[in-house]
Amino acid sequence: MRHDELVERRRLLEEEEIHARIDQMAAGIAKRCPDPEALVLVGIRTGGVPLAERLQRRLASRLDVHPPIGILDITLYRDDFFRGLEQPQVGPTNIGFPLGDRFVVLVDDVLFTGRTVRAAIDALMDFGRPRRVLLAVLVDRGGRELPIAADVVGQRVEASNDETVEVRLVETAEEDAVVVMGERAR
Amino acid sequence: MVRSKSRRKLASQDRRGGSEPPGDDLSKLGDPRHLLGLDGMRRAEIEEILDSAFAFKEVLDRPIKKVPTLRGKMVINLFFEPSTRTRTSFEIAGKLLSADVINFSASASALEKGETLLDTALNLQAMRPDVLVVRSASSGVPHMLARRLECAIVSAGDGWHEHPTQALLDAMSLRERWGSLDGRTVAIVGDIARSRVAGSNIRCLTSLGARVRVCGPRTMIPRNVESLGKVTIHHRIAEALEAADAVMMLRIQKERSSEPIYPSDREYSRLFGLNTMNVELLEKDALILHPGPMNRGIEIEPAVADGPRSIILDQVENGVALRMAVLCRAARSVGASLEAPA
Repeated sequence: MRHDELVERRRLLEEEEIHARIDQMAAGIAKRCPDPEALVLVGIRTGGVPLAERLQRRLASRLDVHPPIGILDITLYRDDFFRGLEQPQVGPTNIGFPLGDRFVVLVDDVLFTGRTVRAAIDALMDFGRPRRVLLAVLVDRGGRELPIAADVVGQRVEASNDETVEVRLVETAEEDAVVVMGERAR
Repeated sequence: MVRSKSRRKLASQDRRGGSEPPGDDLSKLGDPRHLLGLDGMRRAEIEEILDSAFAFKEVLDRPIKKVPTLRGKMVINLFFEPSTRTRTSFEIAGKLLSADVINFSASASALEKGETLLDTALNLQAMRPDVLVVRSASSGVPHMLARRLECAIVSAGDGWHEHPTQALLDAMSLRERWGSLDGRTVAIVGDIARSRVAGSNIRCLTSLGARVRVCGPRTMIPRNVESLGKVTIHHRIAEALEAADAVMMLRIQKERSSEPIYPSDREYSRLFGLNTMNVELLEKDALILHPGPMNRGIEIEPAVADGPRSIILDQVENGVALRMAVLCRAARSVGASLEAPA
């Protein structure tokens, strides 16, 4: 399925709503973390990174919590590394602090099959033994293929398996929006 | 197997949109299974390998220096010529990727009992490796094996011809410092004719947009050197070093020639060695490279090799990351033919 064949089917969240959801997510993270000093955010490349940065700013400005932020590329841990004809591009990982005994919040934009999160948990463990790992996602669209659940969810949405839920943030796109993409009707 | 091969070929042609230069059977253009040399490799493909090598470098700094990517894949290092650094580098790269790495060196093998090189390779293939890393004293051995075997072949140097991973790690080390090689001037000094490092580097550096000067005695400059890439030829080291951004000193390789190729070490060192005097001719922040092992005091003065401009040990470190990128690319291409595209 090539991405450029997809067209926008419906819009789920606009800018204001995304801001509100991220505020709620930041509050949810703070509530679940008993020790703010131990809190760290780890964004899963690429969609989780700008979201983690926004959460970091919200936690600082509204709740006076200042977690450091790390970037995790999960390509080398993917379970489909040997499938498909395109060479996967390995991106940079940057976790500049030890994870041992930290309270780690994994951040991603969309939770779907759970395979990315499985890979991310495996990757995290190679950086140390966190005290606890939470999963925070802006959108949970269902469709899990592994027993994985998010702890902090901005918005739950319904989408069928042939649709793609796209989170657009101005850091990497032209607008703030969550949209459902699908193939053009023939 | 034949069917899956042709399917892959079709698919890769599709992706390239048929804009590839005319087929060169030796380098197997566009077949990502093999890395036989850099001859004919497109700049975009070189850049892609370097990009992923930089990502792999981060793995070396982790508390647990291992990723599961090549779990269950087998890499055989088949070395028909002695090598410590390159073999170790490939071995570490394979192990950091969780591949099973087996070293097979000719001196300890049946070759001494009279087996041919191809028979040795066919026997190893029967043990089902996914990637065969090959080093040989004869040019063209990796290409011959690529035609005859099913597994992916990665050249670790063949004769006087090419040493692709060395050139790629050199380019990586330069890009790490400069960001881009475009418009930079790099001098390569030494026995250009007998050096596979020079062969691959001329192709790689010119392809990445650098200006290349080659320098050595007339007997050490091959007649066809310009066919490898756009270079200028110099027979005086001062000329080659003048305002260059980097210099790559080649090892004098006495083992590659049965006859003496120059009158004496002292004379070679005086005329073509890099020393604390002529190093001043380079640009102020110029970089000094050497593929190793060094002949200290012959082609390079110890004070220069150990000096602040030297990135010789960066080259070694980058070599592991670069070879991780190369092994992943090779092993993945083998696997991709066995499983249906997602």
